[in-house]
Amino acid sequence: MFRKDFPYFQNSKTVYLDNGATTQKPKSVIDSQVEYYEQYCSNTHRSNFGHANKATYEFEKTRKLLKEFINASKNEEIIFTKGVTESINFIASSFAIDFKTVIISSLEHHSNIVPWHMQNRTLGAGLEVVNCNENLDFDLEHFEELLNANPNAFVSITHISNAFGKIHDIKTITKLAHKYGAIVMIDGAQSLAHFKVDVQDLDVDFFAISGHKTFAPTGVGAIYVKEKYLKNIKPYQTGGATIHEVDYSGSILLDSPYKFEAGTQNIAGVIGFGKALEYINHVRYENIESLENKVFKYLNEELSKLTEIIFYNDLTNCVGSRSFNFKGIIHDDIGILLDKMNIAVRVGHHCAQPIMKKLGIRGTIRVSTAFYNDYVDVDKLIEALKKALSMLKD
Amino acid sequence: MSTIEQRVEEIKEDLDFFEDELQKYEYIIDLGKKLEEFDEKDKIPENIVHGCTSQVWLTHKQKDGKLYFYGTSDAIIVKGLVYMILKIFSDSTIQELKDIDMDIVHELKLSEVITPNRQSGVIGMMKKIKEYALNA
Repeated sequence: MFRKDFPYFQNSKTVYLDNGATTQKPKSVIDSQVEYYEQYCSNTHRSNFGHANKATYEFEKTRKLLKEFINASKNEEIIFTKGVTESINFIASSFAIDFKTVIISSLEHHSNIVPWHMQNRTLGAGLEVVNCNENLDFDLEHFEELLNANPNAFVSITHISNAFGKIHDIKTITKLAHKYGAIVMIDGAQSLAHFKVDVQDLDVDFFAISGHKTFAPTGVGAIYVKEKYLKNIKPYQTGGATIHEVDYSGSILLDSPYKFEAGTQNIAGVIGFGKALEYINHVRYENIESLENKVFKYLNEELSKLTEIIFYNDLTNCVGSRSFNFKGIIHDDIGILLDKMNIAVRVGHHCAQPIMKKLGIRGTIRVSTAFYNDYVDVDKLIEALKKALSMLKD
Repeated sequence: MSTIEQRVEEIKEDLDFFEDELQKYEYIIDLGKKLEEFDEKDKIPENIVHGCTSQVWLTHKQKDGKLYFYGTSDAIIVKGLVYMILKIFSDSTIQELKDIDMDIVHELKLSEVITPNRQSGVIGMMKKIKEYALNA
């Protein structure tokens, strides 16, 4: 129904099921890139001629759109970055570094593990990891034990596991964390492509957002920062467009968000991000969820019919990604053969090695869907998997 | 006795015979089945090939100034790639192996030469072979 909005599907025969890595872009997003570069390419927040003003206007329009999109209370709470990785690294090094303990979940990807290692935190020494059960469910009791043993901690938890599609109950997690004086950052890399996020309702303190996993261009993302923390965060980088006044005795920085957005930004990317948000508003989340849930359920049913398939979690609180293996088959072999049959999935550890090690595997085959995937995509995947299995088991 | 270049050319001709990609990979899978049994006790960290997404082990023996290679993988298709690499480089003189042009495997036109995480299992195997030659 909405597939025609995405030029990729007119130009490619590939069955695209790697949306957890990046989503396809609607025509309006692609057109916005060409329009910026062909018609008003100028820098933002500096010059004040017509095209520069338009570029600044369009850039700031995305900030306002994103603020409304996630129900932040002020534009100043939205800081653009190049993506979730930069968002997490920014808050890790400019704010969370001063916390004695950082608590993460068992399902984090490397972007929410390695920044803490870079601060010389290791398990039990400044870093704590919340257990999950055999269905990969977050262990709230263990979380509370950790919060109790480490009051006023910094909690950094993924919203949706990139490897397994598991959704964490952020509202409950945040409420519990706040009870013990903790501050909460959510890695929302996978969230906005699938469902509505309301940062005030969730009451999170920081929320990291990916543009390219939300139908926007690559190289753009954002971090939501609750207003009360803006003053306590040191800029991660400094430079042009962050400054109120400079002389050789010192610098006076602008207020948020500008003091956090040093140097020329990914202007086209941010503008495209705005178009992606407008596109989602046009499609509406209720349609996205309805379309995606039907296909995701069908995907699970059809996969379950394959012999010797191994899942690591059921469909409860699961969205977007279905991860699995086949008994006695290495995931790499499946990946190579699916590629030859024009099926794009991701095989491997999905930048989440710790959970793979915990499960005693080196990786999985991950099928990740978006609302534009349909039953035909699933049928083609299943047919290709059957062919690959017959070749490998022969 | 054929040279490394000639052996690459022979394998390339075999692979080019298949117009259908899946048939080509069926052939590669069959090649993997021809691999000599790999001694389990040689599956040690020193023999692991770095740069492979799958696990690959490679070992060697030296005889009369030549090196002979033995290898395996836990992945079925990669086993076939190991077979090809062994066929190309085994039974070569140490000097020939020291002089390997890493780009030679691109002639095989296998997408697995460039793997997703910017590391190449095939290049990894060649580096290991070169390392064995340099230390021989």
